[in-house]
Amino acid sequence: MPLALLKRALLGSRVKDRQFIWPGDLKKSYDVVIIGGGGHGLAAAYYLAKNHGITDVAVLERGYVGGGNTARNTAIIRSNYLTPEGVRFYDESVRLFQDLSFELDINLMYSQRGHCTLAHTDAAIRTMRWRAEVNKHLGVNSELVLRDDLAKQVPLLDMSEDVRLPILGALFHPPGSIARHDAVAWGYGGLASHRGVEIHQRTEVTGIEVEDGKVTAVQTNRGRVACGRVLQAVAGNSSEVARMAGIRLPITSIPLQACVSQPLKPFLDPIIVSGSLHVYVSQTPRGELVMGGSTDPYPLYQTRSTLEFKEELMMHLLELFPFLSEVKLLRQWAGTADMTPDFSPVMGETPIRNYYIDAGWGTWGFKATPVSGKRMAETVATGKVPDLIEGFRLSRFTEFDLVGEKGAASVGH
Amino acid sequence: MKMMTCPLNGPRNISEFAYGGEVIPEPASDTVDDAGWASFVFLSDNSAGVVREWWCHVPTSYWFIAERHRRSNEILRTYPASEVFGAGAQAKDQPA
Ligand SMILES: Cc1cc2nc3c(=O)[nH]c(=O)nc-3n(C[C@H](O)[C@H](O)[C@H](O)COP(=O)(O)OP(=O)(O)OC[C@H]3O[C@@H](n4cnc5c(N)ncnc54)[C@H](O)[C@@H]3O)c2cc1C
Repeated sequence: MPLALLKRALLGSRVKDRQFIWPGDLKKSYDVVIIGGGGHGLAAAYYLAKNHGITDVAVLERGYVGGGNTARNTAIIRSNYLTPEGVRFYDESVRLFQDLSFELDINLMYSQRGHCTLAHTDAAIRTMRWRAEVNKHLGVNSELVLRDDLAKQVPLLDMSEDVRLPILGALFHPPGSIARHDAVAWGYGGLASHRGVEIHQRTEVTGIEVEDGKVTAVQTNRGRVACGRVLQAVAGNSSEVARMAGIRLPITSIPLQACVSQPLKPFLDPIIVSGSLHVYVSQTPRGELVMGGSTDPYPLYQTRSTLEFKEELMMHLLELFPFLSEVKLLRQWAGTADMTPDFSPVMGETPIRNYYIDAGWGTWGFKATPVSGKRMAETVATGKVPDLIEGFRLSRFTEFDLVGEKGAASVGH
Repeated sequence: MKMMTCPLNGPRNISEFAYGGEVIPEPASDTVDDAGWASFVFLSDNSAGVVREWWCHVPTSYWFIAERHRRSNEILRTYPASEVFGAGAQAKDQPA
């Protein structure tokens, strides 16, 4: 390792490779236009170039790369979902994540911690057992742990029985991890740009042209761009962009807030989630506690923070870890979550030909960045929707064939 | 603390209210097809502008309509549901 480091220092080449290549003017047309330069759009661009040799691609981002929900999430990665569709899909993402630092040649600080969803009621214990069985059946490592084992695993968790919601057990999911979210976007975007993909920042899509039911061009604040195919990957802004193409979505945009504490000595290895207490927490390698809960009580296209959110969150966090009462908050922020009625994404084809969608990522889409990028690239390149994402098609709503993940995603993300 | 003016109870803290969805016309249940029904149940305009919304003042179980800007969060107007649905319509038309 030191030798390799020395070589890099002397030759100075590798680091340069990792930087983005910034394009000049927009071309008049591209084979594929990707709307949205978050993790999902950039990952799709990377896999289009790498797996399918399609490089006449422009990613159009109205702000800066990875500045949307990609920069705002609490970076939890897991596959302990409830439905077989969900478990299979997120499991592929966890597997891709495990090797991603090597593939992208960037340190994602991927840190496998284990993910603990607490159960405070008998009903919750039953759901955890259900999830554990579905997970195991599909080869995903999850198990139900009861009080005593949990107390050994998370020694500082308040296991008193004389509290409002005593802890009865938990769903323990060893593959649960956290990673450096910005690096995921930079890694995918940097390598995509080296393969010829153009990434245009401060380029907002303002209109979409459709002829005979087929997309032909997008309008932007920098002019019109003709295109063969379009992939929309704009998370919180999904409904507004889809409307430009005449598509109505099963999506509501609701703020999701989070915050981080001052750094503390390491005391918390696993990620802890409590659905009943509307709180989840993990400790970063720097020692900060990253904390969040459920979405705001009503829809809004805004990323302000509220006092109500913090008061409620802290009240609940102190029920789990009372000794944190003197700890200071360091930062707080919010993102706009694109929520669906069944807490599952919307991926694949739309009523407009050659117009593909990757949306409905709500509070759970960071962990899906690699798999959605890979599978949406496959969809755009081949025109065929892979089996793995078929269950998440937009038309499932008109077919009343939903993929109910609320039990596994409403607080746990 | 954000305030909302309830047509029945006057200005109250917004934490006393529950959001109940966009006000959209309910299709006639005897003639609507699956797509129309699915669209009513699941789809949404989700506009980043002014939206007409159902709200409930929870302590008094009073449902009413609010016009709110979804980008500025400004509440432009609140009024009884009867203004849109006619007298007596409120209980029937409130979402679950
Ligand atoms: C507080 C918080 C915590 C979260 N925690 C987790 C978690 O622990 N685990 C997890 O898996 N997920 C989590 N999520 C969800 C996750 O962050 C998102 O689902 C995911 O990042 C979505 O990625 P994206 O690339 O689709 O969207 P984004 O990163 O939001 O990218 C979309 C991009 O589209 C751009 N855009 C929008 N409109 C236009 C336009 N008209 N023209 C051009 N560009 C446009 C935006 O500027 C933006 O950069 C959390 C989200 C939040 C807000």
